[in-house]
Amino acid sequence: MAVVNDHTVKAFDEDLNRLRGLISEMGGRAEQALLQAMTALSKGDLDLAAQVVRDDKKIDALESEVEQLTVQTIALRAPMADDLREMIAALKIVSVVERIGDYAKNIAKRVALMDQTRSIEAIPVLMSMSSIVAELVHDALDSFAARDAELAVRVTVRDKNVDDFYNSIFRTLVTFMMENPKYITESAHLLFVAKNLERMGDHATNIAEMVYYVVTGDHMEERERGEQPEDGAAEQEQG
Amino acid sequence: MTQDDLTIADPKMKAHGVNVFYGEKQAIKDVSIDVGTDLVTAFIGPSGCGKSTFLRSLNRMNDTVASARVTGQIELDGDDIYAPSMDVVQLRARVGMVFQKPNPFPKSIYDNVGYGPRIHGLAPSKADLDVIVERALVRAGLWDEVKDRLGESGTALSGGQQQRLCIARAIAVDPEVILMDEPCSALDPIATAKIEELIHELRGKYAIVIVTHNMQQAARVSQRTAFFHLGTLVEYGKTTDIFTNPKQERTKDYITGRYG
Repeated sequence: MAVVNDHTVKAFDEDLNRLRGLISEMGGRAEQALLQAMTALSKGDLDLAAQVVRDDKKIDALESEVEQLTVQTIALRAPMADDLREMIAALKIVSVVERIGDYAKNIAKRVALMDQTRSIEAIPVLMSMSSIVAELVHDALDSFAARDAELAVRVTVRDKNVDDFYNSIFRTLVTFMMENPKYITESAHLLFVAKNLERMGDHATNIAEMVYYVVTGDHMEERERGEQPEDGAAEQEQG
Repeated sequence: MTQDDLTIADPKMKAHGVNVFYGEKQAIKDVSIDVGTDLVTAFIGPSGCGKSTFLRSLNRMNDTVASARVTGQIELDGDDIYAPSMDVVQLRARVGMVFQKPNPFPKSIYDNVGYGPRIHGLAPSKADLDVIVERALVRAGLWDEVKDRLGESGTALSGGQQQRLCIARAIAVDPEVILMDEPCSALDPIATAKIEELIHELRGKYAIVIVTHNMQQAARVSQRTAFFHLGTLVEYGKTTDIFTNPKQERTKDYITGRYG
């Protein structure tokens, strides 16, 4: 679906374009933060990890800029219909993207605590999981930029893969801890990394659901979404 | 367009397949719509879309235009208002109208409101008329502002007060339907807010239809919105749906400011 952008009041279009540009930039930064945090984790690169933590401030600043612009646009332009839905979605999407940035920062902060653990076998799996999550975040934001409801639906379906990864990593790490009790602390950190990645996937789904709402005016049907993730807590009870 | 939850349980007025012509030119094409007492209906659309023409056909105001011709069915409580037996003066008392520009008679405030009830024989005595005038002015939210100067000329009031006087005048003959043709377009925001509050108060007592160019106003005062374009009824629906998720592309383009 093409982005229609031809209001009689041209300044309205300019505001909308600026808003979309800011959200795009913010999404790009969050995606980059995730990839850098995971690279730092796998290589034990403390400088890169510190940079991710520093750069998170820029994501936060973009969030408040989008909030201001959205409130201003609602007040001055009284947007209706799809324009109104876009404003509401923009507010929700940036708060979700900000959370994704926070999770990346959280992962980066753990790098310094895990110097001894490069050999843990779960790490390569976490790297694969993170690239899927980064793709989901990327596609969710692409679907917003392109007003593509079908792409948004596909993002929610693909989140199932992330959940499968999480459940598998959970089992791997629990086994690893039982076999190597001296690495329990490090393994616990990796468990949190996996959980953070799983949450980022959920947030990509949230973005996709907002995009669906912007484009269609309807909320995504339950059946169109991917299945709910098997929670780690539930997993623990079973095991 | 017609969904079950859009059905009006006990419509006061029913229009079916209405066409309005000015000479050769067709201004309204096959419009069907019901108007109820519990819901305020707003007509929106660009200039020249026919919304005022259609409004004016609901109390035969178009009869005053020599070239105007109406076909189709418009009923008030089940009676065809274009039937030869319909008394037009009586019809316009039952279906009152408020216009864009406040147009009080050049008479006292009291007489502005009392004139209609007097000529329609609703007030046998002066005391009865006093009661009717006061009640109408109270309902129109004007009583407190004018009760001490009922003998002053209606034209001496402010624009917003004059418009509320015109609403009081319409109410005084105890109508069943009130048609409002851009009632706030000549008023400042405060006077506009008072009229909108009044519309809210009057809802349920009268069937109200309002034509407005101000979409925020339509969104604020109405429960049902009809979008007209080029003489056709493009979309009719719940006001909340029309302004958050219109089904028709033309409606969306208009309400989001992309029309043209």
